[in-house]
Amino acid sequence: MQKKSLDLWVGTFVLLGILALFFLAMKAGNLASFNYGKVYEVQAKFDNIGGLKPQAAVKSAGVVVGRVADISFDDKTFQAVVTLNMDTRYQFPKDSSVKILTSGLLGEQYIGISPGGDTHNLAAGDKITMTQSAVVLEDLISQFLYSKAADGGKDSK
Amino acid sequence: MIVQAISSLGQSVREWIENLGYAARTLFAMLGTSLGLLRRPRLVTDQIHFIGNYSLVIIGVSGLFVGFVLGLQGYYTLNKYGSEQALGLLVALSLTRELGPVVTALLFAGRAGTSLTAEIGLMKAGEQLSAMEMMAVNPLQRVIAPRFWAGVIAMPVLAAIFSAVGILGGYIVGVKMIGVDEGAFWSQMQGGVDIWKDVANGVLKSVVFGFAVTFIALFQGYEAQPTPEGVSRATTRTVVIASLTVLWLDFMLTALMFN
Repeated sequence: MQKKSLDLWVGTFVLLGILALFFLAMKAGNLASFNYGKVYEVQAKFDNIGGLKPQAAVKSAGVVVGRVADISFDDKTFQAVVTLNMDTRYQFPKDSSVKILTSGLLGEQYIGISPGGDTHNLAAGDKITMTQSAVVLEDLISQFLYSKAADGGKDSK
Repeated sequence: MIVQAISSLGQSVREWIENLGYAARTLFAMLGTSLGLLRRPRLVTDQIHFIGNYSLVIIGVSGLFVGFVLGLQGYYTLNKYGSEQALGLLVALSLTRELGPVVTALLFAGRAGTSLTAEIGLMKAGEQLSAMEMMAVNPLQRVIAPRFWAGVIAMPVLAAIFSAVGILGGYIVGVKMIGVDEGAFWSQMQGGVDIWKDVANGVLKSVVFGFAVTFIALFQGYEAQPTPEGVSRATTRTVVIASLTVLWLDFMLTALMFN
């Protein structure tokens, strides 16, 4: 009798540990947000990827439809080659375009994919040609200053 | 005078190495007898109850408070860069990678390790271990091995509970009290915490720590001087050696896993 209640407590203890691990994997880790089910690989070339990292989300209309698998550099075109693992549940037209977006002002960068109008869908190994690079804050500021300076010059005349 | 100093230094080094060899021999002898435990798993579950369940309260409460403090301190630092939203990520990474296993191991050495040393030491002082040998019962198998495996099993469980409770603590302070956006707290955490690189490495660390702390505690008890003073010294040594070993192992493991 005494032994049995003790087993119950040990079982509870181990169960608590498993629950804690489950919590860490599901709630803290990225296991739940994207299942590593069937994916197809597509590539996209960007002039500048900014702070994009592997494992960053690929979103369409705000929904995660894939993840960045790999980032490499092509020294022929001097562009960044980003390999995307797209969930096979979601199909996109061949002429879809991708751009690098930022969640919030200083948040994580992710890839936004907007569907095109082609009747054929993207297949594994395809390359997405229409890409838009990350917005680099310094470029933006210098452009802004430049145009301001140009405006100022016009006004004073 | 100098010769004496050198010779005593040499003697202490020699004793230290001898002890290390004796510890390794004990470890292998104990591991060798461990298969017999499969026939009597009750011995291990009894000890898991003693080591694990009774440590739950201290681990849970410490985890909660460490989480609270991480929430406050992390917010203070991140706020300077205007990126409070990464608070969840900071709390989760610090806990799963580092604080969970290490703080749990230190508390474990203090809470469970000392009680193991004192228990075995008193058994030895009361000649219970010798009595067992007289009855052809191997004390390594009957007394040491179940406690060892119970410690190795209980430690990762406790560390996982510590990390999970700590994240909840960070959530309570960060989201409920300070008002960090709840969605950002969890999504940044999920975006940045990797199952294998962060969570699994933390679990691996805690298994290694459990192995080290439990064995040090048992060994100190096993070779304690069979006097009240000897047991008290062995208990102190358990805490000192186990804590230092944990911190040293932590550095080694982190350096190995860091890439």
